[in-house]
Amino acid sequence: MEKKTPLYDQHVALGGKIVPFAGYLLPVEYPTGVIAEHNAVREGCGLFDVSHMAELLFEGPGALASLNHIITNDLTGMAVGRVRYSAMCNENGGVVDDLIVYRVAENAYLAVVNAANHEKDAAHMRANLLPDTVMTDLSEQTAQVALQGPKAKEVLASLIPAELAPKKYYTFTPGKVNVGGVDCLISRTGYTGSFGYELYCAAEDGVKLWNLLLEAGKEYGLIPCGLGARDTLRLEAGMPLYGHEMTDDISPLEAGLEWAVKMDKPEFIGKQALLDKGTPARKRIGLKAIGRGIIREHQEVMKGDVQIGMTTSGTFCPYLKQSCAMALVENGSVELGDHVDVIVRGRKVEAEVTEYMFYKA
Amino acid sequence: MNTPANLKYSKSHEWVKMTGENTAEIGLTDFAQDSMGDIVFVELPEVGDAVTAGESFGNLESVKAVSDVFSPVTGVVTEINEELLDNPALINESCYDAWMIRVGEITETENLLTGDEYDASCQEEA
Repeated sequence: MEKKTPLYDQHVALGGKIVPFAGYLLPVEYPTGVIAEHNAVREGCGLFDVSHMAELLFEGPGALASLNHIITNDLTGMAVGRVRYSAMCNENGGVVDDLIVYRVAENAYLAVVNAANHEKDAAHMRANLLPDTVMTDLSEQTAQVALQGPKAKEVLASLIPAELAPKKYYTFTPGKVNVGGVDCLISRTGYTGSFGYELYCAAEDGVKLWNLLLEAGKEYGLIPCGLGARDTLRLEAGMPLYGHEMTDDISPLEAGLEWAVKMDKPEFIGKQALLDKGTPARKRIGLKAIGRGIIREHQEVMKGDVQIGMTTSGTFCPYLKQSCAMALVENGSVELGDHVDVIVRGRKVEAEVTEYMFYKA
Repeated sequence: MNTPANLKYSKSHEWVKMTGENTAEIGLTDFAQDSMGDIVFVELPEVGDAVTAGESFGNLESVKAVSDVFSPVTGVVTEINEELLDNPALINESCYDAWMIRVGEITETENLLTGDEYDASCQEEA
């Protein structure tokens, strides 16, 4: 039985097409449709309910050491008010999940993980805590919305004093910010590749915050956006999705996340396995279709007659108006600019190997 | 849901407009275009290809998914709507104008539904 987020009734009232996703009932799109929602985020702004994401709080004098043991990135020296992206690995160097971590106080860190991995992550993290660390699952009591797009700045500025809005990417305003009577944690983060914020509040205030933002956004063309646009936006921006670009048996180095894997840390779960593996066997690449057709996930990538890998995600990117995909291929098998074929339902579609950040804001 | 009474329908969500004794236009219904969402890619057969009642003659892709389209008749493709290849969104905008193929030499037709019957069949599916 799927759960409802605190905003479920709003989605239904707005005409959202509700689908089950990661254990929740969420809108895949509203009557505006995926393309309009996607382009609103690129050119104006959009509002997403991302309350399905799971929030885990780590507190205590051992919190930093525990997280540095569990995740691949290094939180040492990260100031309160900063956010960091990371992966976390199993002992074999495969990815358990990716996550972002907020340092919310001297000895307190908030980790946000994928809804689909909520139980698995909570169990993995709890099992690997070092002493003097308390982990609390805040997911049920937290609502989260993402305000994304170049106009997000004006929308937020119409609700809070300018100095309370986080300025730099991957920062947040320490403490809580009062948004029209709702206490929020506001960060300059997102999963779209466009400028934007993510706002967290108490579950019972979710509806109030959602309605405040929708109302404030009206004059800036803000529309509610569903999971469909969330996926096309992240793909167009080359952002990896767990279960696609990363899995239990894909290493973060293969997934192109080496910038978030600090091999110079004394130790973290999976480090030894990554060292033992040496040069990654596979590599994440971008593909842009040249031939007619839309490349989807789990399709074979061929160089001549030889299969070099499989696509991990693929769709029609609405802003670029092009079929783009990401693939995991044998390391060294292709260079940027090479042409490969992707087998799309039995038919070869020619594609060019590109960077996977197809869209850059 | 818009289901014009002058057309016939297949359970697999195609509409058929008989344009002569053994010629027809085939397109996608309003119910189907709405449930697919934004259509971004259309694959059609070529003129001269044979189509068979109940079998796929092409496919449509929305942002999220691929769907086959099935021919409600057996015959030969006499024309394809090339405009759709460049502008698949025409199916979302006006699905009963956006015919996909014209078929001639029709020898067999599926048991087609009237508009009311089709609406009822969609109700069951939904």
